[in-house]
Amino acid sequence: MSEAEAKKPAARGGRNLELPEHLKAYKGVWVFIEHDRGVVHPVSWELLGEGRKLADTLGVSLAGVVMGGADEALDAIAKEAYTFGAESCYIVRDPVLKGYRNEPFTKGMTDLVNKYQPEIVLLGATTMGRDLAGSVATTLSTGLTADCTELRIDPATRALAATRPTFGGSLLCTIMTLAYRPQMATVRPRVMQMPDADPSRSGVIVEDRLAMIETDIVTKLLDFIADENNNKVNLAYADIIVSGGKGMKSPDNFKLVWELARVLGAEVGATRPVVQSGWVDAERQVGQTGKTVRPKLYIAAGISGAIQHRVGMEGADVIVAINTDANAPIFDFAHHGIVGNAMQVLPVLTETFREHIAMRSRKAA
Amino acid sequence: MSEKFDVIVVGAGPSGNAAAYTAAKAGLSVLQIERGEYPGSKNVQGAILYANALEQIIPDFREDAPLERHIIEQRMWVLDEQSFVGTHFRSDDYNKPPYNRYTIIRAQFDKWFSSKVKEAGALVICETTVDSLLMDGDQVVGVRCDRQGGEVFADVVILADGVNSTLARKAGFHGEIEAKNVALAVKEILFMPQETIEARFNVKDEEGVVIEMFGKITDGLMGTGFLYTNRDSITLGVGCMLSDFKENPNRTAPYAMLEKMKAHPSIAPLIAGGEMKEYCAHLIPEGGFYAVPKVVGNGWMIVGDSGGFVNATHREGSNLAMTTGRLAAETAIAAKTAGKGFNAKALANYKAALDESFVMKDLHKYRDMPNVFHDNSQFFTTYPELVNRAAQTMLTVDGIDKKTKEKEIFSSFRKSRTLAGLAGDAFKLWRAFR
Amino acid sequence: MHIVVCIKQVPDSAQIRVHPVTNTIMRQGVPAIVNPYDLFALEEALRLKDQFGGKVTMLCMGPPQAEDALKKCISFGADDAVLVTDRAFAGADTLATSYALAAAVRQISREQKVDIVFTGKQTIDGDTAQVGPGIAKRLGLQLLTYVSRIAEVDIENDRITVERRAEGGVQVLRTAMPCLITMLEGTNEMRFAPLENMIHAARYPVRKWSKEAAGIEDITKIGLKGSPTVVSKVFGPTPRAEKALMQSVEDASPRDVTLNVIQKIFTQHPTLERDILAKATV
Ligand SMILES: Cc1cc2nc3c(=O)[nH]c(=O)nc-3n(C[C@H](O)[C@H](O)[C@H](O)COP(=O)(O)OP(=O)(O)OC[C@H]3O[C@@H](n4cnc5c(N)ncnc54)[C@H](O)[C@@H]3O)c2cc1C
Ligand SMILES: Cc1cc2nc3c(=O)[nH]c(=O)nc-3n(C[C@H](O)[C@H](O)[C@H](O)COP(=O)(O)OP(=O)(O)OC[C@H]3O[C@@H](n4cnc5c(N)ncnc54)[C@H](O)[C@@H]3O)c2cc1C
Ligand SMILES: Nc1ncnc2c1ncn2[C@@H]1O[C@H](COP(=O)(O)O)[C@@H](O)[C@H]1O
Repeated sequence: MSEAEAKKPAARGGRNLELPEHLKAYKGVWVFIEHDRGVVHPVSWELLGEGRKLADTLGVSLAGVVMGGADEALDAIAKEAYTFGAESCYIVRDPVLKGYRNEPFTKGMTDLVNKYQPEIVLLGATTMGRDLAGSVATTLSTGLTADCTELRIDPATRALAATRPTFGGSLLCTIMTLAYRPQMATVRPRVMQMPDADPSRSGVIVEDRLAMIETDIVTKLLDFIADENNNKVNLAYADIIVSGGKGMKSPDNFKLVWELARVLGAEVGATRPVVQSGWVDAERQVGQTGKTVRPKLYIAAGISGAIQHRVGMEGADVIVAINTDANAPIFDFAHHGIVGNAMQVLPVLTETFREHIAMRSRKAA
Repeated sequence: MSEKFDVIVVGAGPSGNAAAYTAAKAGLSVLQIERGEYPGSKNVQGAILYANALEQIIPDFREDAPLERHIIEQRMWVLDEQSFVGTHFRSDDYNKPPYNRYTIIRAQFDKWFSSKVKEAGALVICETTVDSLLMDGDQVVGVRCDRQGGEVFADVVILADGVNSTLARKAGFHGEIEAKNVALAVKEILFMPQETIEARFNVKDEEGVVIEMFGKITDGLMGTGFLYTNRDSITLGVGCMLSDFKENPNRTAPYAMLEKMKAHPSIAPLIAGGEMKEYCAHLIPEGGFYAVPKVVGNGWMIVGDSGGFVNATHREGSNLAMTTGRLAAETAIAAKTAGKGFNAKALANYKAALDESFVMKDLHKYRDMPNVFHDNSQFFTTYPELVNRAAQTMLTVDGIDKKTKEKEIFSSFRKSRTLAGLAGDAFKLWRAFR
Repeated sequence: MHIVVCIKQVPDSAQIRVHPVTNTIMRQGVPAIVNPYDLFALEEALRLKDQFGGKVTMLCMGPPQAEDALKKCISFGADDAVLVTDRAFAGADTLATSYALAAAVRQISREQKVDIVFTGKQTIDGDTAQVGPGIAKRLGLQLLTYVSRIAEVDIENDRITVERRAEGGVQVLRTAMPCLITMLEGTNEMRFAPLENMIHAARYPVRKWSKEAAGIEDITKIGLKGSPTVVSKVFGPTPRAEKALMQSVEDASPRDVTLNVIQKIFTQHPTLERDILAKATV
C-alpha cells in the first residue's frame, strides 16, 4: 500500500467538508461485537485490535458494543472484549434482542450513538454487520465505508481514512467522512490481524435499555437453521490452504490438491472458474466474491493470480505458486514460485512433504 | 411470433450497421440481430477507418464518432531479421480537415455506429444468434433465431454476419470457404501513455502513424504485419494465409509470430513498456475478386466480409463493408418503392451497383495479387533479406569502394534467383498491382 | 402484486483496465452490463409475478445510457421501467443514492401501491451492499437482506416469510409487506428471453424522470452535496517489492525443486513447521 498521505480533498460542488461545531463533541472509537447463539464472530476481536490502534493514535478510548437477549452471557463477552483492548463495553440487554433482527438492533445502535456520541464506529462486513451498518448510517445520515482493508487516521484532519478495494479489486480508494459523525466502516473477516488476548486487562460496563417491546417489532424470527457442515469448511480461518485453479484441467487432477491438503492437514480452496465448473463447493472459493483468507501457508496450483483471486489471499504469510507459465501474474505476489506442470509437481511436493513430516515427527518422538 | 419487417439485417459490424442505418433512415422497418453481447463485442479491435465510405452514410460522423487519430504518415517497411528498409510518406495535406483516414477502436466505433442505427429507428437486438434462414420455396422470407419463438419474417434479409457466414453456406448460397482464401490475423492492443506515443512517433495532438510491414516477420509465409497508433494505445498485428499456417514446416503458431514481430529490434523500442490490453485472432477473407460468391438472390443479399469484400493489398475492409451495406439497403429501399416484389430480379440492382462502385473495381484491379504472392514465397523471404543486406552493404563505410559493393549486391540477387526469374517476378508484381 | 426492482448499470469489472500511469479507470470501451447481482432479484420478482400475478417495475438511477440496462430487464419480462436521470445526481454515494431511489419508489407507489422492493445484494462497482438497507430505512419498509429463499407469501394478510443467510446458518423471518428484500446471489437462474420479448424490449419506451419528476424535494440530499463520504485518493495496488523466488522444473528435478522450497519455507517460518507437524496426517 502506498505510503503517501491522503491529501485533504477539495470541496467540490458547494459541499461542506468542515466538521460542524456540534459534531466536534463526538469522541472515541466503537466496535460492534457480533455474536450469535453464544459465539462471538472473530472479526469483532480483529476489529478491536484495529480499533485499539486508531484510539491510541487519536488519544481516545475504545469501547465495544454488545447487544443481546436477557438470558445471554453478555457480560462474559464484554470481559473477553477487554482482553482484546476495549476499555469499556456498552451493553444493551433486552428480550427483543435475542437473535439478530434489523429493527431492534438498528434502534439500539442509533440510540447508543446519539447518546454517547462516538466519532468512529466499526462493524464486521458480515451479513449481520452490513445489514446493521447500512441501516444505522442511513438513520443517522452519516457516511459509511464498506469492506475496508485498511484503516488509518489522517493526520491533517484527524478523520478516519478508510481504504477499500473498488472496481473488482483493480483499484483501491481511500474514503473519508469529513463533515459528519460518526464515521462508520465495515471490515471483512480476516483482513485485520487477530490481536493477542491479554487476560490481565479489564474495563467498565455501561448498561443501557432499549425502549421497545416485542409487539412494536414487525419482523419475527421464526427459526434458525444451522448449516449442517458448519464446522467442516472453515476456509477463512484455516492456517494452511492448498488451492487449485483451472490449470488443474479436470476434476480428476484436482484430487492431487486434496491429497496434498490431506498430508498437510490443510483446507482446500479454489478459484471461481473451478467452483463454476462444479469441481468443488462454492464455499471453497477464495477471492473477491468468495472468502478472504489469511493462512500461514497458501499453496496455489494452476492458478493464474487474477486480481479478483489475489484480493482474497494475498494476506497469507507464505504463498507458494505452481504454474506452467513463468509470466503468470501469481508470481508477482507469491513468495516461492515453481514453474512447472502441477500434475507433475504436486505429487512430488506431496511426497516430499510427507517424507519431511515423517522424518521430523520421528525425530520428535 | 408472426411479426414481419421490411428488412432483417443479420450482424452488427460495419456492413450490417451501414445497411440497417440506411434502410431505417429511409423509413423502412428494420430488425437487426447481433449474436454478441453488444454491437462490437465480437469484433476485432483497432483498425483504420476510411472516412469516405462512412461519409456517404453519415455525413457529419466526425462530430461524435469515437475516432482515435487521423493518419498523417504512412510507413512501409520491408523487414529482415535485424533490420528494415522502408519508406515514410508524411504530408501536411493529411493534416487538413476533413481528414481521410483515422485509427479507431472497433468495439467503441461499432457501439457508436449502433447507437446511430437505433436513432435512425431500427430495432436492434443482441445476444441472439440467427441459426438459419426461413424459406418459402426458393424465396428467403425471414430468419430463425436461437430463442424461443425465434421465427421472424421480412421481405429482405441482408446477411452481414462476417467472414464465416455460416448462414449463406447453410442455405447453399455458396460453398465452404477455402483456406487459401482467408487470412488469419492476430493482433494486440498495447496500452501506452499519449505522450509516449507522440514522442516515439513524432506526432502531436490527434495525428497518427501507420506502419505496414512485410518480410521475415511472417516466417516466409504470405502475410503482412501492421502497427497503428491510437490515442493512448498501439494496435499491432500480423496476418498470414490460413492455408500457409497449416502447411508451414516450422509450424509457427500465429501468436508466436506476433511475439517474434514484437521482439524485432526495429519494432521493440516503439512498443517498449506497452501494457497488453487485448489479444485476438480473427479471419479475414482475402481471396479477392475471384473468391466473391453470389451475393444476391431471392429475398437475400450478402454484404461485407461474408461476401469476401476485402481489399487485402491495401488492407481495406470496413470501407468495403460499409459501402456494400449501404448499396444493399438502397436496393431494398428501391425494391420496396417499386413494389414489384423482392426476388433476385427485383434485387439485381445490388450487383450492378457493386460493379459500378470502387468495391468491385478495386477487387478486379488486384484480382491477381493473392495468387502472385501465394505462389512466390520469395517475396516474403528472400527479397526482404536481400534488400536489407543491400542497404546495409551500401551504407556501411568500410573502405570498400561503392562500385565493388554494387557488384556484390547484384551477384547476391543473382545467386538467389536467375536474371530471368527476377525479371519475371518484377513483371508479375507489376501486373498484379497495375 | 406490484414489485419494484432496483438495478444498476455497471461497467463489466472483468474487462476493466486501470491506466498504469495515472491509475484511473479506463472506462472507454468497457461494456456496461446490468449489475449481475441484481438479476437474481429480478428473476425472483418475475417468479412472484408468475405465481401471484401483478406487475414488475424496474427502477434505475444513472446516466441516459442506463436505458439499455432497463430494456434488457424488459426483455426478461419486467412490465415497466423508470430511469431516474439528472445531472444533479452525479457524485452520489450510497446515502444520496438511497435518498433519490427512495423518492422514486414513493413516486412509483403513487401510481400503484408497491408491495415489495427488491435490490441486489450489492453492486460489482460500488460493492457496498448499503443502498438496499438505505432505501428501506428511508421508506420505513421492513428490511430483509441476504435472502436466499422466499418461503411463503400470504397475499391476503400482506405477510411474507423468507430465509435469510446469516453466519453459520439461515434465519427464517416473517414480516409484513411492503418490505424491501436484497436477494442473495446464486439463488436462482435468470430466464432466457423469448424472441418476442427481445423485440418488445427494443421498442419499449423507458420512462425518464428528472429529479423533479422523481419527486425529490431536498436537493441538498442528492448527488455530491448529499454524500457524506469523500473519496480522497484512488490508487493501484502496490506490487510486492521482491518477486517470487523462482525455480523451474526444467532446471532441476521436481524433487530437488520441492525439497528446496520446503526447506526455505520452514527455515524462514519455523512456527509453520510446528503447526504442520501438529496437524499433519502422514
Ligand atoms: C466480478 C468478478 C468476481 C470474481 N471473483 C472471483 C473470486 O472471488 N475468486 C476467483 O478466484 N476468481 C474470481 N473471479 C474470476 C477471476 O477474474 C479469474 O477469472 C479467475 O480467478 C481465474 O481462475 P484460474 O486462475 O483458476 O484460471 P485461469 O485464469 O484459467 O488460469 C489457469 C492457470 O493455470 C496455469 N496452468 C495451466 N496448466 C497448468 C498445469 N498443467 N500446471 C500448472 N499450471 C497450469 C495457467 O498458466 C494459468 O495461469 C471473478 C471475476 C469477476 C469478473
Ligand atoms: C486483424 C484485422 C485487421 C483489419 N484491419 C482493417 C483496417 O485497418 N481497415 C479496414 O478497413 N478493415 C480492416 N479489417 C477488415 C475489417 O475488419 C472487416 O472487413 C469488417 O469488419 C467487415 O465488417 P462486417 O460487418 O462485414 O463483418 P464483422 O465486423 O465481422 O461483423 C459481423 C457481425 O455479425 C455477427 N454475427 C455473425 N453471425 C451471426 C449470426 N448467425 N447471428 C447474429 N449475428 C451474427 C457477429 O457477431 C459480428 O458482430 C481488418 C480485419 C482484421 C481481422
Ligand atoms: N444507481 C442505482 N440505481 C438503482 N439501483 C441501485 C443503484 N445503486 C444501487 N442500487 C441497488 O442497490 C443494491 C446495492 O448496491 P450497493 O450498495 O452499491 O452495493 C444494488 O444491487 C442495486 O439493486
